[in-house]
Amino acid sequence: MSFFDLHGYGWLLLQGAKLTLYVGICSMVLAMGLGLLGVLCKFSRSSLVRFAADTYTTVIRGIPELILILLVYYGVPTLIQDVTAKLGQPVYVSFDPFVAGVATIGFIYGAFSTEVFRGAYLAVPRGQVEAARACGMSRSLTFRRVVLPQMMRFALPGLGNVWMVLIKATALISVIQLPELMRNADIAARATREPFTFFFAASLIYLFITIGSNLVQQWAEKRASRGIITD
Amino acid sequence: MEIIIESLPRLLGGAVVTLEITFLSVLLGFVLAIPLAVMRVSRLRCLWMPVYAFTFYFRGTPLLVQIFLIYYGSGQFQVFLDSVGLWHLFKSPWFCSVLALTLNTAAYSAEIFRGGIQGVPRGEVEAARACGMSGILLYRRIVIPKALRIAWPAYTNEVIFLLQASSLVSIITVMDITGVAREISARSFAFYELFLAAAAIYLVLVYGILWIFKRIENRINAYLQVGQH
Repeated sequence: MSFFDLHGYGWLLLQGAKLTLYVGICSMVLAMGLGLLGVLCKFSRSSLVRFAADTYTTVIRGIPELILILLVYYGVPTLIQDVTAKLGQPVYVSFDPFVAGVATIGFIYGAFSTEVFRGAYLAVPRGQVEAARACGMSRSLTFRRVVLPQMMRFALPGLGNVWMVLIKATALISVIQLPELMRNADIAARATREPFTFFFAASLIYLFITIGSNLVQQWAEKRASRGIITD
Repeated sequence: MEIIIESLPRLLGGAVVTLEITFLSVLLGFVLAIPLAVMRVSRLRCLWMPVYAFTFYFRGTPLLVQIFLIYYGSGQFQVFLDSVGLWHLFKSPWFCSVLALTLNTAAYSAEIFRGGIQGVPRGEVEAARACGMSGILLYRRIVIPKALRIAWPAYTNEVIFLLQASSLVSIITVMDITGVAREISARSFAFYELFLAAAAIYLVLVYGILWIFKRIENRINAYLQVGQH
């Protein structure tokens, strides 16, 4: 056990890995929710809504994650403070690093999953939508019963990619002191003065998460295309 | 608002550092990625296996870990690095940043170019072989140029990602755009003003680079466009 023990800091790393996965899953759920909302807006009949969705995806994809994390964690509370002070009643807020991290990562990758869902939406044959409409289904019923289930299958590979990038991006939340894998590796590295050992161990845990995610993705894609005849 | 105008010169100085680091890493990463991609498609196990391991590691772990491994991790080997005369390099955050970003982008680009090489039509390779080309000549004249054209849109994305990822070097005290914004905001408490300004500068850089790469794409594909001048 001495190899995994790492001077007694092995558990700290594993605890961090648990939090990393937790943050990752919460952000992914948020990102997928935002992605679905985003794609509905992108195909909305209102040009204002379409414009808002386009702005969201182009702007967010052009700004580094780190800047957005710092902006949300440090910037938003000071902004609220400044605005409320101008109104005469200053309100002091501070974010929990977990909430700020999940919100930011989810918000960023919501833009990426919007694009994934957009491609998937376009991949659903138009004839099926027309057929559903001809059978008397409303727009929302058509979306729920015909488009959404098929979209999910087309979106799976893209969503898998988003997840892979997202889980690695959670390492950035260590900058706002959330005790996830990267932060805990840093703590252990400083305490033991063996930075290489701990950052390498952390990198192997990330690699392990990537491999595991890959296997799950392959399984999910296979399962989602049951009964599909190719060629 | 005042604070943004006041700190604009320093932010633009940071933008120069960001561009410098990104440009160097993209250039070095590109030079590394081409041979790596060629090795990756080789049938020889001793050629493709190491490249596979390299890309697997660098694509499967966060860039932040890689930066920390090189910058802080090298401290664990200080005695050894000192004895071979490399310690003064690893002591510098700037050098470690460029090294980490170069290796990272080399791994991603190698996979992108591998896709490009595998997308080269077989007929073109056969035609070249029939003309008597082989080995390096075949790759230099036929495969690589075609593969680059195929891979260019994906490579553009990679460069954009690298530009954004370069913001991580601020964590190891390099004064790029993010570094400058963090330093000034920590002293003046003008957090949202500075981070918004930094975000705006990144947006300009990103869309500027996109525009340049689109121009290059049009240029390398110019022979495909009939009568569009």
